[in-house]
Amino acid sequence: MDILKIENLTKVYNGKTVLDIPKLNIEAGKITAIIGPSGAGKSTLLSLINGIEKPDTGSIFFENEEFSKIKSFSPATIRRMALVFQKPVMFNASVYNNIAYGLKIRKMDKTLIGQKLTDAASFLGLSDLLDQKAITLSGGEAGRVSVARAMVIKPDLLLMDEPTANLDPANVAIIEDMIKKATQIYQTTVVVVTHNMFQAKRLADNIVFMLNGQVVSEGCAFDIFENPLDQRTQAFITGNMIY
Amino acid sequence: MLISLDPELYGIIGLSLKVTLTALFFAALTGIPLGVVLALKRFPGRSILMNIVNSLMSIPPVVVGLVVYILLSNQTGLVGDHRLLFTPTAMIIAQFLLALPLMMGLTSTAILSIDKLVKLTAKSLGATPFQVALKVVSEARFGLYSAMIVVFGRLLSEVGAVMMVGGNIRYMTRVMTTAIALQKGMGEFQTALALGMILLLMAFLINGILEILRNYGRAS
Repeated sequence: MDILKIENLTKVYNGKTVLDIPKLNIEAGKITAIIGPSGAGKSTLLSLINGIEKPDTGSIFFENEEFSKIKSFSPATIRRMALVFQKPVMFNASVYNNIAYGLKIRKMDKTLIGQKLTDAASFLGLSDLLDQKAITLSGGEAGRVSVARAMVIKPDLLLMDEPTANLDPANVAIIEDMIKKATQIYQTTVVVVTHNMFQAKRLADNIVFMLNGQVVSEGCAFDIFENPLDQRTQAFITGNMIY
Repeated sequence: MLISLDPELYGIIGLSLKVTLTALFFAALTGIPLGVVLALKRFPGRSILMNIVNSLMSIPPVVVGLVVYILLSNQTGLVGDHRLLFTPTAMIIAQFLLALPLMMGLTSTAILSIDKLVKLTAKSLGATPFQVALKVVSEARFGLYSAMIVVFGRLLSEVGAVMMVGGNIRYMTRVMTTAIALQKGMGEFQTALALGMILLLMAFLINGILEILRNYGRAS
């Protein structure tokens, strides 16, 4: 089953079409990696799915609800998604209050928040940092907090924009492990933007390869990596594409 | 003077604080939300409004005093029937009008200085527009405390507007600044200087309290 259906989606910045996707579906409960070189429109696509920006034409359907230039997702639908930005911005509060933010705005019971926080923090190795001020964290710790902050609300759709860019291998491993667990345990659908093919290979069930705002190829990760039909896709995954 | 427990002096200090703090309270109550809207909302005429607010931030107090005087005057004023002229209420109104654009302008500057990603992160975690605004305000809290300190300082040291609409009436509308002006006029420089020192001490104490509040906010 598909959780997202994208139809005739375009986005134009300053007269330049940065995104043009006639059709793309995202399978529910799976990890989809959007790969491609910088400037391919990967982050723009995430911003559109999350409703941060509006498309110029076309629609995105979350299950059956439509989002377009004139239609917005309902607040209830927006709350079923979470987006992790490439740059982890910490709120000027404790690590605990950073991770708890999404639960607090959903008016969740304090005791329940405490339980969820303890679980999430131990998963991501943040238990000792809960009382620390979040703005004093290292890059790797902030990256993990920002992932925990999104995951703790157990979204149906988790969007991640280069969640491990600039992180050391240990932190990358922790975050990738968490992403896999979210899908396995909670059936979370994950859409992760990455320009790291090795990460896409390790994580993804499905691959969407983008170039110049267009989807060049998409499909099951095994097929794309083992038998890419498109030459540009082949060049990218073999590291022969200069960009 | 302070030690001699002069009741008149304590009355003047009390009125100064009452007028300034009441005006500050109402200016914060209205100016902070308006400043937040100005910073976060996109609406037609926003940049013009921002320009107006920024210009009004440097309006001379005597002009505000004059406008309030005309409005409250029982011959010419729109609200002259309430007989508010030369009362502490008139002084509070004048100071409130003086403080409002300052509060709005400083609030929007503080809000606009917060990283845009804070707003987007809150939104992406499911915050409603109101919750996003609350989060941004909470992130800008140090800037808002600073805004209050600046506005408080401006109001406490203000003399033109309160003189014009208050009239510096003994036991009624005399405040520290108008008392200093009067003492100077009478050639009582020593008393005027002493009052000046007391005014400075008041500013020091209140700023100390606001500073403690600011540090408390930083620690939490």
